[in-house]
Amino acid sequence: MTKSELIEKIARQQDQLPPKDVELAVKVILEDLAQELANNGRIEIRGFGSFSLHFREPRQGRNPKTGEKVELPGKYVPYFKPGKELRDRVNNGMHKS
Amino acid sequence: MGALTKADIAEMLYDELGLNKRESKEIVECFFEEIRVALENNEQVKLSGFGNFDLRNKSTRPGRNPKTGEEIPIQARRVVTFKPGQKLKVRVEKYAGTK
Repeated sequence: MTKSELIEKIARQQDQLPPKDVELAVKVILEDLAQELANNGRIEIRGFGSFSLHFREPRQGRNPKTGEKVELPGKYVPYFKPGKELRDRVNNGMHKS
Repeated sequence: MGALTKADIAEMLYDELGLNKRESKEIVECFFEEIRVALENNEQVKLSGFGNFDLRNKSTRPGRNPKTGEEIPIQARRVVTFKPGQKLKVRVEKYAGTK
């Protein structure tokens, strides 16, 4: 499912709203989530999961082309931990099919 | 500062888009529910600019009860993983060092 398919599905259920508004709303939601992570905030959606940042320690890497050693600085990466309802539904989905 | 919740996101839709409170709440609910439905139906979810929710099938493997040491097989299962998109990764990386 892509972003535009998600927008269509929501629009079908919110048929009192112009589809344009739903499209805008989905963009605002995604921007809100990204902004929260960019500020090292945490997102907790009950039954869905939580997003946070994890720190990756600095390490030595290599330039794959030249084989030269390079120092890679530490960085933050987004991390998602699925919540119980999502875990259970996905897992039950497998056992049903 | 507390974590961002569905109520905060709904508030944002109300403030920024002028949707009414009920509509805002329903859209947020619907947004996460439709993602769950797709994943439950073994469908990958791709939200460009944000990231992808992928599915992985794990086969049965031997496990142990950490308390008793008893061996119990861990059943085959399907799990969700999140792969952040390039845009999100870059935005988040910029945060490094300014904690």
